[in-house]
Amino acid sequence: MAETPRDDLTIIGQSLPKVDAAAKVTGQTLFADDLVLPRMLYARLLRSPHPHARIRRIDAAKAAAHPGVVATLVGSELPIPFGILPVSQDEHALALDKVRFVGDPVAAVAALDEETAEEALKLVEVDYDVLPPLMSIDEALRRPDARIHDYGPRGNVHKEVSFDFGDVEAGFAEADHVREDTFFFEGSTHLPMEQHAALASLGPDGKLTLWSSTQTPHYVHRALARVLELAPAHVRVIACPNGGGFGGKSDPFSHEIVAARLSMKTGRPVKITLSREEVFYCHRGRHPVSMWIKTGLKKDGAITAMHFRSALDGGAYGSYGVASLYYTGALQTVTYRIPRYKFEGVRVFTNKPPCGPKRGHGTPQPRYALECHIDKFCHDLGLDPAEWRLRNTLPPGAVTANQMQVRTIGLRECLRRVVEASGFSSRRGRLGPGRGVGLAASAYISGAGLPIYWNAMPHSGVQIKVDRGGGVAVFCGSTDIGQGSDSVLAYVVAEELGIRPEDIRVVTADTDLTPVDLGSYSSRVTLMTGNAALQAARRVREQIFAAAAKKLDVPAERLRAAGRRVFDAADPSRALAFADAVVLAEAEFGTLGAVGSYTPPRSVARWKGAGVGPTPTYSYSACVVELSADRETGLVRVDKVWIAHDVGRSINPLLVIGQVEGSVYMGLGEALMEEQAFRKGRHKIPSMLEYKSPTTLEMPPVESILVETLDPEGPYGAKECGQGPLLPVIPAVANALFDALGVRIDEVPITPEKVLAALEGRLRGPRMPEFTYPETVIVPPLEPAAPAAPQETTR
Amino acid sequence: MAKTRIRLKVNGEDREVLAPVHHTLLEVLREELGLPGTKHGCELGECGTCTVLVDGRPILSCLALPIECEGREITTVEGLADGAALHPLQQAFAELGSAQCGYCIPGFLLSAAALLRERPRPTRPEIAEATAGNLCRCTGYLKIFEAIELAAARMTDGTQRG
Repeated sequence: MAETPRDDLTIIGQSLPKVDAAAKVTGQTLFADDLVLPRMLYARLLRSPHPHARIRRIDAAKAAAHPGVVATLVGSELPIPFGILPVSQDEHALALDKVRFVGDPVAAVAALDEETAEEALKLVEVDYDVLPPLMSIDEALRRPDARIHDYGPRGNVHKEVSFDFGDVEAGFAEADHVREDTFFFEGSTHLPMEQHAALASLGPDGKLTLWSSTQTPHYVHRALARVLELAPAHVRVIACPNGGGFGGKSDPFSHEIVAARLSMKTGRPVKITLSREEVFYCHRGRHPVSMWIKTGLKKDGAITAMHFRSALDGGAYGSYGVASLYYTGALQTVTYRIPRYKFEGVRVFTNKPPCGPKRGHGTPQPRYALECHIDKFCHDLGLDPAEWRLRNTLPPGAVTANQMQVRTIGLRECLRRVVEASGFSSRRGRLGPGRGVGLAASAYISGAGLPIYWNAMPHSGVQIKVDRGGGVAVFCGSTDIGQGSDSVLAYVVAEELGIRPEDIRVVTADTDLTPVDLGSYSSRVTLMTGNAALQAARRVREQIFAAAAKKLDVPAERLRAAGRRVFDAADPSRALAFADAVVLAEAEFGTLGAVGSYTPPRSVARWKGAGVGPTPTYSYSACVVELSADRETGLVRVDKVWIAHDVGRSINPLLVIGQVEGSVYMGLGEALMEEQAFRKGRHKIPSMLEYKSPTTLEMPPVESILVETLDPEGPYGAKECGQGPLLPVIPAVANALFDALGVRIDEVPITPEKVLAALEGRLRGPRMPEFTYPETVIVPPLEPAAPAAPQETTR
Repeated sequence: MAKTRIRLKVNGEDREVLAPVHHTLLEVLREELGLPGTKHGCELGECGTCTVLVDGRPILSCLALPIECEGREITTVEGLADGAALHPLQQAFAELGSAQCGYCIPGFLLSAAALLRERPRPTRPEIAEATAGNLCRCTGYLKIFEAIELAAARMTDGTQRG
């Protein structure tokens, strides 16, 4: 939606409290596990104790006979597979014939209370034929005979890709300096404070309702209808406010389908709340990724070509993995000038909980590798890393080698601001022993350019109903996972109609009541629902202004709405109360309401695989980390973080800074301590006691700087802010550690053990798995006529 | 399952429940007393999400047995506000965007309320220390620190009462 800068905004840009703030601070927000229905049963899932095994026999008869048990369920009762991506329909709600990781669901019991259900699980008899556990990429590739799935190109390869954009070998031949590096990024998990829960109820009308802590009610709706063989019109999914998601509640899950099936079986409501241990098994977190990167440079630091390889440890199922794989290669190009680029990637199945999207989805790993690699080649060439970045940022409107369309780009401004605020250039190398500063920058998408199921329909819809009393109800399928999406809807509609956010009731995330929004993933919600809300609000405002214009005898074009009034811009004393204008409009036009929707602009990219990477617009971030490292203990303490983020426009600076600070926190956790690690086929640490995450005592002060580029594609110019600011934090830590200690640790998390090993010269650097990538697809460059300017695409 | 009669004083109200003797205070508050504001996060006493006050001191309700709490004053997040008027901590958390998903917030509020009773104007390190047992995955803690400082300022300068 083309947007000219406006200076008359009264709600947008204000640091207002969230619309649900009072409910959240009084404990009145109802999360999925807080819901209780009459006659409700409690269910529990039996999970596989083996990482890889064939199920020879399963018998739930004894469990079914246990006092207090109302129903049991096994895989044969739910034979239809599902999965978030159309190309990876490889999951079953309960294992049919095979289990693929410790924690894979096998059977379920519904009982009068949770303890009885838990006891009865022990009575389910399962005989397994244990298969070789394949716990790493190397192991999985070495045993193509022991296939975890019977699809994929071969062995345990889930997906492999290779694309060349512009002949990198020619680029390397032109280079004065070529550098290669290998990195490893260990997987980590989302660790939302709320464990997933789902409550299903088959109503007396034969229709099914599911309340769930999900970020994607639309996709859960699709999966339920398909697996349960119900008409979609008879399935209603309501996403409860999520107690944190970060990508971990974006897949349709076994427990949701099982609760629904058990409710259908018993005719009673059934609730499943996962234990913390089970949340570690649901996972869908950050993929462990091995990465190799080779860059050719001229003496002045200009890149001639870049070749990047990734190998992803996918875990036991597809999940979003194909998209994750493409994302590891997609966004390297949208920050700095890279004229030639080649990407090769592979995702491998292993017998671990499935990996998927975690905040930054597939891009924090390569961004970490790239930003460390940049510091290394700057070091080789004697270039200043801040100078190099400032000099090589892309111009606005650039189309990259891999055909990604950049629109506005605040990267240089972000870099300049953090460098200045932190004193980076004068302090680097001069902080004394054990102390250092590091810089990194990054980019992220403001929503995926394509939906998961390709179609021509909008990605987001909003419906507005206006009440005679001046109240407004806004309906949208978006899901508030704490980021404030309900509030953004209220702010946008309040701004356009000239009322207050508290005059608005927001109804969201209910597949029966609200127009489709694809979900809270890919940092898409502010931009997409914001644009849809803007369109709906302007449509309804048109009716209100038409009626008010008549009454006030003023041309409708001259009317404005603010402060709960509709008034003449030329003579603000000619005015109507908003509620009175609504009454006039309803008298003239009948019941008032409008819909709005948003579809991203068509991508300029023309190659197979370019479904991942395009976006309405990229956000940009830059970060400086200052830290102290102890040579005796290997402990790293982050002393301060400066971060600048190009958010396009701050819809609400308070909430934007909240997202930035939360991203910094999560990035620091990944950089220094968080890891989803395994030992002998089992999760090493499926508890909050063992999985280390930063506490209040580890959190440093953060100086957040918001850069506004007023992007023509965003509502009021806004871009995303929920994921992008995580990306530069991790490489900034690694680069700061080099400044502090003079050692490079090319893998995260950077634990004290690794720091000590590096200082003692016994750290073995990461290496790539042995794998031959497939034949390279040569992607021809775009025709010069390709549209480069932002397009008007909103319907 | 054998149940025991337990008498509890919760948020100033005398309540009597029948519950299995091994059920935790967390379970009894949520399931028997209809007070779901207290949340669960880890089942191990590690995340602080289930924090409530017993005689003004923060305890982890997932590790406490109700019978240990008989005759003592239990305060949950539902008991923090004065009727419809928010506690200064709640007010500050709402104003400063300290609650993102909000799931950990009841625990933080109660840890902070206990801190302010002991230390009416705590320093930033004292706040971090007092809330170190509460995990939050959304905020990076900074807006929580700021809200506790704002509430402390308002409560000590007399603009708001706790």
